[in-house]
Amino acid sequence: MFQFAQRRKYYFLLSASVIIPGIIAMIISTITYNSPIRLSIDFTGGTIAEFSFIDNVGEQQIRDGLANFGLDDIIVQRLDPISTDEISSDVALEPAGSRWQIRMDNLTDERLNELKAYLQENVSPFWSPQSETEDPLREAAITTSSVSPTVGREVTRAALLATLAVAVIILFFIVWAFRRIPHAFRYGACAIVAMFHDILVTMGVMSILGLLFDWEADALFLTAILTVVGYSVQDSIVVFDRIRENIPKYRGESYDTVVNRSVLETIHRSLATQLNAIFVLIAILLFGGETIQQFIGILLIGMISGTYSSIFNAVPLLISWEKGEIPFVNREAKRRRQEELTVAP
Amino acid sequence: MRGYRLWLVVIVLVTVVCGWISLPSNPGIHLDWNDDGDYSDPFEMNKDLKVVQGLDLQGGSRVLLRAALDSDQYDDSTMDQAVKRIERRVNGLGVSEAVVQKQEGGRIIVELPGVSQQEVAFNAIKSTGLLEFVDFSTAGSIPEGTCVLTTEQVKIAEARLAEGETAQAYSDYTCEGQTADAPADSAQLQSDGTPFQTIMTGAGLADAAAANIGTVTLSWAVNFVLRDNGEGVDNFVNFVASHANQNMAIILDGRLVSAPTIQSDLASAAAAGTMDSGIITGNFTRDEAEVLAAQLKYGSLPIPLDIIAFDTIGPTLGEISVDRSIRAGIVGVITVLMFMLIYYRIPGIAADLALILFALINFALFKFIPVTLSLPAIIGFLISIGTAVDGNILIFERMKEELRNGRTMDRAIDAGFDRAWTSIRDSNLSTIIICFILYFFGSAFGASAVRGFAITLGMGLVINLFTAVIATRTFLHTMVLLVGGQLRARPRLLGV
Repeated sequence: MFQFAQRRKYYFLLSASVIIPGIIAMIISTITYNSPIRLSIDFTGGTIAEFSFIDNVGEQQIRDGLANFGLDDIIVQRLDPISTDEISSDVALEPAGSRWQIRMDNLTDERLNELKAYLQENVSPFWSPQSETEDPLREAAITTSSVSPTVGREVTRAALLATLAVAVIILFFIVWAFRRIPHAFRYGACAIVAMFHDILVTMGVMSILGLLFDWEADALFLTAILTVVGYSVQDSIVVFDRIRENIPKYRGESYDTVVNRSVLETIHRSLATQLNAIFVLIAILLFGGETIQQFIGILLIGMISGTYSSIFNAVPLLISWEKGEIPFVNREAKRRRQEELTVAP
Repeated sequence: MRGYRLWLVVIVLVTVVCGWISLPSNPGIHLDWNDDGDYSDPFEMNKDLKVVQGLDLQGGSRVLLRAALDSDQYDDSTMDQAVKRIERRVNGLGVSEAVVQKQEGGRIIVELPGVSQQEVAFNAIKSTGLLEFVDFSTAGSIPEGTCVLTTEQVKIAEARLAEGETAQAYSDYTCEGQTADAPADSAQLQSDGTPFQTIMTGAGLADAAAANIGTVTLSWAVNFVLRDNGEGVDNFVNFVASHANQNMAIILDGRLVSAPTIQSDLASAAAAGTMDSGIITGNFTRDEAEVLAAQLKYGSLPIPLDIIAFDTIGPTLGEISVDRSIRAGIVGVITVLMFMLIYYRIPGIAADLALILFALINFALFKFIPVTLSLPAIIGFLISIGTAVDGNILIFERMKEELRNGRTMDRAIDAGFDRAWTSIRDSNLSTIIICFILYFFGSAFGASAVRGFAITLGMGLVINLFTAVIATRTFLHTMVLLVGGQLRARPRLLGV
């Protein structure tokens, strides 16, 4: 039988090799941007706009145009232009030249209208698949979103509350789900360690991507994290459930062996389930369009991390705990065991 | 075993009903037994069954407005009035299915599906009403709030007349009721039966603000600034110059707001040509002064409203999103179906049937409830498909184990389901709990995308408990009934 549990140091090492760069990135990000991951306008307030231009406009042109308009502190990102075979249109269509996403400070609606007029006049006219009469302002292929700092603060508060609620409720849920096995608290604690592992991995990766590619965490990012938490706990429960079942069944075997057996028995399920989730996520990633790519990407990383952490972190941790290898937590238990040993003979 | 015949009937019924609801050409349910054209009698129902697309898919605008006053300066009924006003304006745009909704904390959400041109949308919401300064020198004392007819109102009404229509008599003019359900008031005229003379409209004002003018007692007034070369400004200055100590009325959307007296020093300033601003005094309290200033500045909404967040989505982008998510969905579902078939063989067929049923029930409920399908909502549904098979995988893996341990096929199937059930229940529960929390998080305006995701993912997980467990089990037993002999001979077909 594959001795899964013996290699546990390597599993922890692999986790650390992802988490540590992530933590470093979060520190750098905190110093540069005042936040461990870069936050989008959902939380900070601000305006985000996607413009489709007739001409193929370069980044410098956009930046210069916006600077002349009076906007300096902006993030611009080139998006794939809308392809004409994807849309139904009555007009004979020239393909769009370029599409840009621009993130800036909060603009009032009047100012945003001025900006649109300014861009059309000085950079390039907007591209629109609709005729002049249907769409005189050429805005059919444009999206804008503006959030005032007040609303951003409220979303931030709601996000913190939601995270707190998830942490507390999941903790109670795990303790409840494992109420009937010995050391229920250990299982709960290990599932939670796995959960934090996944949060750290996703946040770390997000932080790195924020530094490298200007990825920003929006409300959907938090959704991705919380969904990952849900699935991570789900994975841990499936493995633990099997351990719970196997302990009375194989009384003669050592704890390691029972755990090892349980993991091997459930690993098919974990991989098959994970594979299906990954199929769907990759399909969305490839075909779903770029507006949700970040969300799906983070979800994908989180889900993989979730499966990994429940098998390769939560379970080995359980064994380490049983063997008394965890510093601080196990000191008391070790002392007691040694006392027993010295008394016994 | 026999119990599954019953389940099979239930499943077939569910499939037929959900299939019927899902039909794109479904006419909806319109039960009107006694044909009285009214659907309120018992056992009657009037329901359209169609897919409700979110703004991000059909294009449109969404605006969050907030009262620009402190919470003690207005009450709920003024907010209701503001909502009514905005509703009327939005309906004037001809938008179908527009939503105007009052929220906690003096907020109003306006959703305008199909209106993706921001200027058009916002102008409709923010447009100011008719503000007039009116010659009241001949009026007696008229209480504030009275409906007053002016020459400007008549001019506007007559300009709206189509060719061939005749203007209505002055005595037929009315103002809308002051509360939402009060009847309309008829308009006050001058004593000779003609409308009051409009001197200037709000177009002549550049700004207005409340100011504290008292030195000892706290007394409040409203300062206003005239617009350079504004329409009617000359007329206004001339009127002020020649009507010292007489009354001039401020009228908003046909109702008297205030009728201050023109002070003699203002009149002399106007006569000397140095008047570019003015002040309205009248023993106002601070609140009254601020409300009046806001009305002068913003026009007819009973409360000035600020836009604090907005989204506009062009219809083209929505169309692309729909296209792309359908394509992604199809590819994802086919991959999952193939995987289950190849990996689990015969049980895989049962799981695939269950998965198709799962998608069908979901889609039927989206139409029936109806669930607004935004992009995140579709994603939530797709992700729930990816994990809908998790239940089946748990069961089948268990079944294989039991078979390997030498159980007979029927016993293995039952054991697989019974043993896997606690895992399925507990593990789905954790994600369902998280969906609940996400749903409440999504009630914040900026996070509303989250709500659609939470609804569809949560629904998927609950429906999954039925399809993955009961439906798959029924399908599997039915298959055993039909081709059981061959299956027993070839355990490979069970994926072992």
